[in-house]
Amino acid sequence: MTKRLGWFLAGGLLVALLLAGVVSNFASSNPDGLDATAREGCTFNADGEITGGTCIAQQEGEHQLAGSPLADYGIKGIDNSFLSTALAGTAGVLITFGIGAGLFWVARRRSAQDQDA
Amino acid sequence: METTAMHIANGIVDGPVSAVFAVLAIAALAVCVRKAGHDLDERLAPMAGLVAAFIFAVQMLNFNVLPGVSGHLLGGTLAVILVGPWVGALCVSTVLIVQCLVFSDGGVTALGLNITNMALLGTAAGYLLVAGLLRILPKTASGLAVTAFIASVISVVVASQGFVLEYALGGTTDLSLPWVSGAMAGVHVLIGIGEGLIAATTVATVAKVRPDLVYALRRFRKPVTVPEVGVTA
Repeated sequence: MTKRLGWFLAGGLLVALLLAGVVSNFASSNPDGLDATAREGCTFNADGEITGGTCIAQQEGEHQLAGSPLADYGIKGIDNSFLSTALAGTAGVLITFGIGAGLFWVARRRSAQDQDA
Repeated sequence: METTAMHIANGIVDGPVSAVFAVLAIAALAVCVRKAGHDLDERLAPMAGLVAAFIFAVQMLNFNVLPGVSGHLLGGTLAVILVGPWVGALCVSTVLIVQCLVFSDGGVTALGLNITNMALLGTAAGYLLVAGLLRILPKTASGLAVTAFIASVISVVVASQGFVLEYALGGTTDLSLPWVSGAMAGVHVLIGIGEGLIAATTVATVAKVRPDLVYALRRFRKPVTVPEVGVTA
């Protein structure tokens, strides 16, 4: 890997960290297109539980890992929502980069030239 | 805490159909891994990690498309342009798996459904459109931006119809399919426009800074030629 590529990767990663760690706090908290469509036709109480009607999400079940420490893009135990989202977003970018880059590096094509690199 | 779920949750599509799509997704990803090995060199491998991390970050940025309704980037087209179709599908899958297992977004049972729609269908549609459009549009930063925009809008709508297919096969409720299809398509055209603007800005920026890192500029020029030496299939 060249030095120039290293700088590009570092710059790109910094942008991703700023987006996930800072800008994410200004993202819309409305349900997305899928979720909104799935909820259409049902009525909900203040806790978001279905109280009546017919909609796609009617039989929706709890997530198997709903209690995980980073569930719903927040850190369990941190009450400040800005900090919680910022840390969860930062962790997500680093985890995704780590897993992605690691797996792709292992799976990369090794030509005869690469062997001694 | 407000709604933060972004993908298909458990229980929306029944178990057997979810299982079928899980098997389908695993098989398709295995093909992607085989094909990706050919594209992944020492430059593309770390770039693919960055693309995955970037898509994760941008997926957190929900933008309003209608009063009370938001949307976020799916990333298939963006990934195709930057790292190619096979690696791109794996990038989006990596994001979906991390979101499901670490951030409890998108049911574990529904993971095959989500991967099928966003990583496979969305990326495949994006690839076909990008490959087609780059035959007529100039291979410049602005040509790439227009390509990214058009391909994103259509690929997001295609991905949304993947959900409609899964719902038709195994939906746990009985709503009218034309209604589900129309509602999903309508809102996803708007989401696709937002995604298109983000994807166009991103690829145009990378094309200006490091055109050599843009897969679409390197590989879609000529049919199948491998510039590097020493490759024996």
